[in-house]
Amino acid sequence: MIEERFDAIVVGAGMAGNAAALTMANRGMKVLQLERGEYSGSKNVQGAILYADMLEKLIPDFRQDAPLERHLVEQRFWLMDDRSHVGLHYRSEDFNEERPNRYTIIRAQFDKWLSSKVREAGVTVLFETTATELARDSYGRVVGVHTDRLDGEIRADVVVLAEGVNGVLGTRAGLRERPKPDKVALAVKEMHFLPRETIEARFNIKGDEGVVIEAAGTISRGMTGMGFIYANKECVSLGIGCLVADFRRTAHTPYGLLDRFKQHPSVAPLIEGSEVKEYAAHLIPEGGYKAIPKLYGEGWVVVGDAAQLNNAIHREGSNLAMTSGRIAAEAICELKSRGLPMTAEHLALYKRLLDRSFVVKDLKKYRDMPTLLHTNSHNFFLTYPQLISRAMQNYVRVDGTPKAEKQKITVKSFVNARSRIGLFSDAVRFARAWR
Amino acid sequence: MSTEPSVRVEDKLFYNRYLVDVGRPHIRVRAHKKPSRELLALLKICPARCYELNDSGQVEVTVDGCVECGTCRVIAEPTGDIEWSYPRGGYGVLFKFG
Repeated sequence: MIEERFDAIVVGAGMAGNAAALTMANRGMKVLQLERGEYSGSKNVQGAILYADMLEKLIPDFRQDAPLERHLVEQRFWLMDDRSHVGLHYRSEDFNEERPNRYTIIRAQFDKWLSSKVREAGVTVLFETTATELARDSYGRVVGVHTDRLDGEIRADVVVLAEGVNGVLGTRAGLRERPKPDKVALAVKEMHFLPRETIEARFNIKGDEGVVIEAAGTISRGMTGMGFIYANKECVSLGIGCLVADFRRTAHTPYGLLDRFKQHPSVAPLIEGSEVKEYAAHLIPEGGYKAIPKLYGEGWVVVGDAAQLNNAIHREGSNLAMTSGRIAAEAICELKSRGLPMTAEHLALYKRLLDRSFVVKDLKKYRDMPTLLHTNSHNFFLTYPQLISRAMQNYVRVDGTPKAEKQKITVKSFVNARSRIGLFSDAVRFARAWR
Repeated sequence: MSTEPSVRVEDKLFYNRYLVDVGRPHIRVRAHKKPSRELLALLKICPARCYELNDSGQVEVTVDGCVECGTCRVIAEPTGDIEWSYPRGGYGVLFKFG
């Protein structure tokens, strides 16, 4: 048993946990962090894209030594059917700036680096230690945690649950529900290694420039889901994810979906000849605003993926994790400096601060999107991508058909598939959920 | 059209590093005669194909290749079909890239 008493215990060393631990230690708090992996990052999975702004708030000069892959100069959105893709690409020289806005990263390496900063700030980090249960007093207040490595409980004034999307402590203690199959996506990912020059030639980039491809359409076979391809320095991260409820309903296998995505004629040339060095899978919170659980209570707060904080529309998660971890830590430090106990009443400050941040504002903006996409997944992920692809082919193929007739054929294909009323209501519902 | 005749998950898992906690599996399937719908769903959805039918038609789990995503927990823990926890500290999958 650890006799020492801590100001705070942070469960988990992912983005949220590292941000929380670092912030508290920087403000003089005595922090213990628990991580079940051999090192920070060994259990963490992400695409991954890093958003500089949120990291700058923690480590302003991170560019000096953080293991970054490529800064993004181009974003491609692909709407795919089985043989084609319709693309919307945005590339700008403006992204070749002194302090780039977005980078591709490799999580295991990045997290190791971030964790080194956490330890330098004075946090005691116990690796290879799985937190098994929250310790509570006779009033039900959280007073610490139990682990699988040390006898008895470790005590602290407050426990920061940064235990990830699938965290068990909070759910076992009844502080929040287990994620539901229609509120989480299962994503699978492979790391494809290629020579640097090959990646740069295939993605039309040079130096440390990077490209992101986000893809949707028939690749998810009617399920609510997306694929992604990220260019790193010497490898390409490639993956696809769909709602767990949809996988269950359709009985498609995740690896089958991944391999089909890799074989798509638009994708295969990008990774041809690559050497795969890892296969990973992870859950992603997709429920949005309506799935956010209670964020604080007597002696505890929950942050990051464990709090379902993920913006599925903009593919942002790690920055929400980092920000919620930092904000929770700031709230805790504020209470501590005012000599206030870590009660639910006082920890409500975390939620008030988070509500005012982009984290909750963004999720609120898209609160109706998860349900819309899920209940209409067949239309949005199969019917429309096919219609749009056919329309594009009809538009570009020169075969002697008069243009007016071509136009009629395209309009008719849309009306036949969805009816005029259906098209109108899809557009209205989508616009409403977006605004 | 079937999705995955050619996909061998075992080949994918071969790339990964694991430290197997021999004799202490972190997932257990509740003893059953006939598998529930939830258990049968795991045969397809588990990305590491840890769940297999045995010769007598029951679902069995082998956690050695588990990538710790938690999908089976989301589906089959609520019904009591499986008992799920994380591996002991230091054990299980070790992502080099994540």
